[in-house]
Amino acid sequence: MNWYGCWTLYSRESRRFLNVKMQTIVAPALTAIMYLIVFRYAMGARSVPDLDVPYFEFLIPGLVMMAMMQNAFANTSSSIMVGKLMNMQIFLMMAPLSAFEVTLAFLGAAVTRAAIVAVVLLLVLVPFSDMHIEHVWMILFYGVCGSIIMGGMGMIGGMWSKTFDDMALLNNFIIMPLTFLSGVFYSVKQLPESWQAVNHFNPFFYLIDGFRHGFLNVGDTDPSQAVLIVSLATVTTMFACWQLWRTGWRLKD
Amino acid sequence: MGIALEVKQLTKTYNNGKKALEGVDLSVPEGSFFALLGPNGAGKSSLINILADTVKPSSGQVTFLGKDLFTERRWCKKQLGVVPQEIAFDPFFAPRDILKIMSGMFGVKPDMKWIDELLERLELSEHAKKNARQLSGGMRRRLLVAQALVHKPKVVILDEPTAGVDVELRKRLWGFMRELNAAGTTILLTTHYLEEAEELCDHVAIINQGKLLTSQSMKGLLDNVGSSSLVLEYPEERIVSTDIEQKLADFSPRSQGNKVTLCLKKTDGHTNFNDAYQAALATFGEATSVNIQDEDLEDVFLRITHENQT
Repeated sequence: MNWYGCWTLYSRESRRFLNVKMQTIVAPALTAIMYLIVFRYAMGARSVPDLDVPYFEFLIPGLVMMAMMQNAFANTSSSIMVGKLMNMQIFLMMAPLSAFEVTLAFLGAAVTRAAIVAVVLLLVLVPFSDMHIEHVWMILFYGVCGSIIMGGMGMIGGMWSKTFDDMALLNNFIIMPLTFLSGVFYSVKQLPESWQAVNHFNPFFYLIDGFRHGFLNVGDTDPSQAVLIVSLATVTTMFACWQLWRTGWRLKD
Repeated sequence: MGIALEVKQLTKTYNNGKKALEGVDLSVPEGSFFALLGPNGAGKSSLINILADTVKPSSGQVTFLGKDLFTERRWCKKQLGVVPQEIAFDPFFAPRDILKIMSGMFGVKPDMKWIDELLERLELSEHAKKNARQLSGGMRRRLLVAQALVHKPKVVILDEPTAGVDVELRKRLWGFMRELNAAGTTILLTTHYLEEAEELCDHVAIINQGKLLTSQSMKGLLDNVGSSSLVLEYPEERIVSTDIEQKLADFSPRSQGNKVTLCLKKTDGHTNFNDAYQAALATFGEATSVNIQDEDLEDVFLRITHENQT
């Protein structure tokens, strides 16, 4: 293992987003706050049906998780896209770093960015509510796994995209619908039965629900089933990243 | 002296069907200053990119410092520094940080003394803390050279490193490369400035259309393949008729206005200058000026790549 090289790449990927923190941390925080203000006044003091939780509190964990996932995705995908655009990914390919080390460093940085965004958002949003942490392990498990899955999808998307148009396509037609329709803004119990079933095929649904469960102690899924599904999705994503990078998919053709 | 790089039957066919390499063989002696020449599209960059691991080969073998390049990549990469042809830079960092990162990725704790020396030798010290976006094209290219050298590789490959670098700086860059070479670094270079290759390199290989045409010492190439010619000028126009052409067949005569050129041959180190001059005197009369033109690398290069095409 080239641990020092892996560490260097990780810190490079982390410093890269810290160098542009207005875009990478402040902007996502602002977006989440605006969502919250809008829904706060639109929904008033209403509760989520069947869950007996104020809508406002229901929304906070979902928004935090959504921001984490989007930022994890953005970190890896934009790094690889800018690398392609600047022809800079060659340095990564020339360095004596194995695919495993590259995957580890990229996903580690994605989790770091997601964690920083989450902490900033929670610090800003929590004072407006009286929610508290119910299950730390759930928050950490779903937060980290969600960031790894999305960071990994960002890596794969970055490798796949030839242009920023491709990336926008992926973002707008796959990532955005999956995150928006994953129960950030609603409880699946509010949906017609058939749609509830469909939601169970959306991996993001388990992530958001589990993360929220950690704060509110209520959820739409069975936690033991969700842990299994999320673990499987995390391992699969990491394995896919590792294999695709190892074979140089769309990078070394 | 060992072999730094041994390429055997390397082929590369891109996904779009373009055949860039069609079985290239190449042997680069350790410690040499090696020129890899070839016209645009000959396959030079494909070869270099395969060595740098930015492109996958289709088939073939490469031995690098005695080890198999494809199975012992990690070890090989640590001994290799590559300056890519296309300018690439990291828009998020300044040159000094970029060099520290590059060194770290090679698993080497940044040697700040060496980094400072590189920045100074490549005249980037003043710009070491500016963001790479603010650097000019020439500076970015020099930064690429520094990046390739930061982990002190044993073999350095430079893919047209002096395009867009002004003459003064080019000279100093080559001075630096000479020093590295004298200290034992093997240097493989592609360039479009043939006079540069002629001046710097001790070995030369020419590839075209994905194949090796020749590979030998620079001196050998210039001596054996390189012939010279006799250029005579006359007060009036001279025409080479078929009659004259037959008479002087040994010298493949050609004329252009009042200039006549006769090709000379070298046997056992002696040129047949006297015979050619006597023949010209008898055929065209007294010349106003007589010159011997040595074929330089450019002529050889053009001739060899042209012969290959026809």
